[in-house]
Amino acid sequence: MTDTTARVSVTKEPVRDTPVPAPAPRRARMWRHLTPWIFLVAPLALLITFTYAPIVNMIAYSFTDWDGVSPELHYTGLENYTELFTRSELFEVFFVSGYYLVASAIQIVAALYFATILSFNVRFRNFFKGVLFFPYLINGVAIGFVFLYFFQDGGTLDSVLALFGYHSDHAWLGTPFSANSSLAAVSIWRYLGLNFVLFLGAIQSIPGELYEAAELDGANRWHQFRHIIAPGIKPVLTLTVILSVSGSLSSFEIPYIMTGGATGTETFVIQTVKLAFQFNKTGLASAAALVLLLLILLVTWLQRRLVPDDKVDLV
Amino acid sequence: MTRRAVARTFVYASLILATLVVLLPLGVVFLTSLKTDKEMTGGSGALTFPDDPLNFHNYVTAFQDGRMLSAFGHTAFILVFAIAGTVLIGSMTAYAIDRFTFRFKKLVVALFLLAALVPGVTTQVATFQIVNGFGMFDTLWAPIALYMGTDIVSIYIFLQFVRSIPVSLDESARLDGANAFTIYRKIIFPLLKPAIATVVIVKGITVYNDFYIPFLYMPSQDLGVISTSLFRFKGPYGAHWETISAGAIVVILPTLIVFLALQRYIYNGFTKGATR
Repeated sequence: MTDTTARVSVTKEPVRDTPVPAPAPRRARMWRHLTPWIFLVAPLALLITFTYAPIVNMIAYSFTDWDGVSPELHYTGLENYTELFTRSELFEVFFVSGYYLVASAIQIVAALYFATILSFNVRFRNFFKGVLFFPYLINGVAIGFVFLYFFQDGGTLDSVLALFGYHSDHAWLGTPFSANSSLAAVSIWRYLGLNFVLFLGAIQSIPGELYEAAELDGANRWHQFRHIIAPGIKPVLTLTVILSVSGSLSSFEIPYIMTGGATGTETFVIQTVKLAFQFNKTGLASAAALVLLLLILLVTWLQRRLVPDDKVDLV
Repeated sequence: MTRRAVARTFVYASLILATLVVLLPLGVVFLTSLKTDKEMTGGSGALTFPDDPLNFHNYVTAFQDGRMLSAFGHTAFILVFAIAGTVLIGSMTAYAIDRFTFRFKKLVVALFLLAALVPGVTTQVATFQIVNGFGMFDTLWAPIALYMGTDIVSIYIFLQFVRSIPVSLDESARLDGANAFTIYRKIIFPLLKPAIATVVIVKGITVYNDFYIPFLYMPSQDLGVISTSLFRFKGPYGAHWETISAGAIVVILPTLIVFLALQRYIYNGFTKGATR
């Protein structure tokens, strides 16, 4: 900072007589220092109030037995954390994330497939692109209801299966395995579009001459995918993996709206919300939320480590 | 058939299958929304057409008893303030970070960067206490403040854009005697129009669809936004799929219209928003 002002006054010295203003008086200089802060005061205040203060508070709550309302709270040390890792039913919710992780893997493969074929010349390309992407834009509650009816006894799925002569009275949301798989399938339906459009954008930014050159060299579609497309979309692919992992760990909307966490479909976030706002265990819920936050930060950090991403260049 | 032809058939078959998988659940819900109470209890299958395709009775029920009208009002109110706030906050932050050198700049940038990694769902336990402390709990201001204050993605979008505006424009304005505020207001902000359009679309759709925040912060029946009002259909209309379906279609329809009208901006916006 002092460095720039010094340079300014040096360059100004020889042109004293021209109408260019002389070195700014003290008040003006103070203004100049203050200006960026005037622009930043509101954004920073909001950022600290709604992102950093909660994190700090959460760390503090996680060492207490606070219930969220009473003025009294006791320091309990690591008790919340030991409870979290020793009471199996609190920990089991992580297994539910497994279903969503598997679903994310399927989703990424499917998105890659559709992005690849739609990057080539296909009839009604825009129509297919729109259809695949649209679910991502739909309200989560509406999706929840659409699929409650879909899996309902005698609902859409049963009717379609009946068309093919398969009559089932299987309650799709009735057993933990079936319910979790169904919910994970809904989340594929919902989020495939975003992954697909990200991949498509990345593929289309690969210059077309590369394909032509490859074709001249006798490369087939698979070769083109393997050697041109795959390396070209690597940054987007790693980003998608991160988004999927953190999304799987923190899935909330679809299971909460559709089953409310019943029949073994409770996810980590549903459990945390219930602990905090239904059972008034703010202390325990804070510890749980903190564990989840650290997990997600760990995943992100691992990705940044494994695949140094030069796209993040804020300054 | 040559191998190419087989591959082509496979490609189109998979695309048509995907289209069916996407559209069938939605189409069935649309059909259901046009059926009468009697048809539903009379065992009308999910795939059969309604007897009267112009039966909008369920939509009337959804609007009148389901309070969808006031829900749209609340959503619109939140949208206007949250979007205006996000645009102002995002563009000011981007301008300050890109055009000034100041002490602690690195720290400020790092604070914003790190916040982008913190998923909002995890911190609500403690955010709740803060919102409550401000007396904003169960008011429309809680979601507005949270949407405004925790949107790092739009700051990124603005930042990319501010960087592409030549600094020489600022400089020539400064020579004409403009101060930093005039430059922001008269030069930077008007040139940010494409970025503003992107942010408005992305933010608009996100806010319109959000369930978690209004659900947590506005539990009162009179303060329903479209997500929470629709969610409340579950209780009273539990067995009335025709009414629930009408509610779902009412919520989906505006999204479909916006999507068809602004397709290109939407693809662009969400791609930029996600890749930052």
